[in-house]
Amino acid sequence: MPEPSSAAVRTAPTGVIHDIGYQRYEGPRLGRRHVFGALYLHGLRTTFGLGRSAKAKIFPWLVVSIVTLVAVGLAAIRSQIGEPVATYAQFADSMSWLVLFFVAVAAPELVSRDLRSGVLPLYFSRPLPRADYAVAKLLALVTALWLLLGGPQLVMFLGAAFTTKEGMGGVWDELLDLLPGLLYAGLWAVVFASVGLLIASLTGKRAFAAGGVVAVFLMTTPIVATLAILPSRAANELAGLASPSTLVQGVGIWSLGDLLVEGDQGGPSIGGFGPVYALAAVLLVAGATALLLVRYRKVAS
Amino acid sequence: MTLIATQSLTKTYGGRVTALADLTVAVEPGIIGLVGANGAGKSTLIKILLGLIAPTSGQVSVLGIDPTTDPAAVRARVGYMPEHDCLPPDLSAAELVTHLGRMSGLPRTAARERASEALRHVGLYEERYRPVGGYSTGMKQRVKLAQALVHDPDLLLLDEPTNGLDPAGRDAMLALVHRIGTEFGISVLVCSHLLGEVERICDTLVAIDGGRLLRADNISAMTSATDVLAVEVSEGTEELAARLAELKLPVARDGRLLLVPLADDGTYDLILGAVADLDLPLHRLDQRRHRVAELFATRELTNA
Repeated sequence: MPEPSSAAVRTAPTGVIHDIGYQRYEGPRLGRRHVFGALYLHGLRTTFGLGRSAKAKIFPWLVVSIVTLVAVGLAAIRSQIGEPVATYAQFADSMSWLVLFFVAVAAPELVSRDLRSGVLPLYFSRPLPRADYAVAKLLALVTALWLLLGGPQLVMFLGAAFTTKEGMGGVWDELLDLLPGLLYAGLWAVVFASVGLLIASLTGKRAFAAGGVVAVFLMTTPIVATLAILPSRAANELAGLASPSTLVQGVGIWSLGDLLVEGDQGGPSIGGFGPVYALAAVLLVAGATALLLVRYRKVAS
Repeated sequence: MTLIATQSLTKTYGGRVTALADLTVAVEPGIIGLVGANGAGKSTLIKILLGLIAPTSGQVSVLGIDPTTDPAAVRARVGYMPEHDCLPPDLSAAELVTHLGRMSGLPRTAARERASEALRHVGLYEERYRPVGGYSTGMKQRVKLAQALVHDPDLLLLDEPTNGLDPAGRDAMLALVHRIGTEFGISVLVCSHLLGEVERICDTLVAIDGGRLLRADNISAMTSATDVLAVEVSEGTEELAARLAELKLPVARDGRLLLVPLADDGTYDLILGAVADLDLPLHRLDQRRHRVAELFATRELTNA
């Protein structure tokens, strides 16, 4: 800058507000990856009610505090009696109904609200591709559910690690137990999120969306129960395929074995159909995601 | 540079409903009015320009980019204000516009700064921190305009920006659009079914009807040669007409009015002189600007 003009700036009177008019933006414009990341983070915050009204925070944080309290309780009991009350996977299983209600609130919050308010044209008239919108929302919900189950599992792990009497070896054993538990929590998260978000994306009415999510997960359990008492061993062992929740448990029984069910006691029998359950879970997630993308190719165009 | 160019652009829905038919038009940067009745194909054209829907046939280019092959590049440089309600009621204007700025690729701080700038330019100050649900229609329209401006586009596509506004709100919105087009250096395409509204602010007018181009031209070329003076006297209309004809002014009768084409300021003097000479009671003498609508009306008549 030449000398005289900077001198002029110094001598200019201060404390005067000038209307500098419209300023063109010369700064950086970030690419697709950053926009995707911003939408993903925004979605993740939305599921926990962050950046939203106090009312929107009540339910998510109620669920978070319940699962955390249960985890703290389990860790405390274990430190007293020296025996784990529930494995990490069993914890995820028993918390699944809470996760279901969390999905029923979070999924409509993520997608139904945007459908209802008609804000989608404002997204789709920007460079962001439509598929990115759907995938960012899906990943946000998966992450939220995984944190919801994985966070308390970490609390249980810390509790166990600090009270173990076997030194570093005990911590290492505990870690080897935790990792499959976290993966199992991830499976719950992926299945619940993909199916829940697909259902919620079909309607702009949040109450309908929430009801739909709960209905699909709960109404399918009687089918499982019916199939499970049929006088056919194969039907009984495949019964779990009929509901997303029992499907996830089936995959868990197959892959985790005694980390989820101890010996023969408890849990449905899946016989030798473990791989079928795994395949069904993959197909369910892939199918729900594909349908979600199809839905967002057409909506609000 | 040509701002928007289309070549034989056609869009049919399901092979039966024709929204656009063989539309060929090219417009230069500035404020462009796109007029046509409801269902004329205005919104369809805007969606094709944004690359939201693909044309059935024909070519289109926006800012020199083809939206059918590179929609992201077009959308990065275009701001769009939809016709319908599109604002989540529970977010504040500041939050919404900041978020949409980020969706356009602005970094976090830049998005926040540009959002408050954009809201200030459309005339929203302290109220921008309140939830949009409590806003008046006029304020909502301003928020919709602000979100289209937040990423500093080179072209704004405004679909019926005055929809639902009262007369004062319409004037304010049109003045704002005019300011954006002239002071901000951003080209604007304004869609409206009200010709009288857009002709006040735009440089270029594109009129479509039933998906076909009626006329596209510079607005001054459309209206300049057509200004007329309307003279009304309480009595002696015949005498005045005869006197004006003697003065070699091409007079036309329109009921009780005499219509004289306005050549220059001398025309006023000639008419006033004639009225004074004949000592007639002058009722009114005013300049009547031909509405563009009349141009279309006469054009359709001559075509018929």
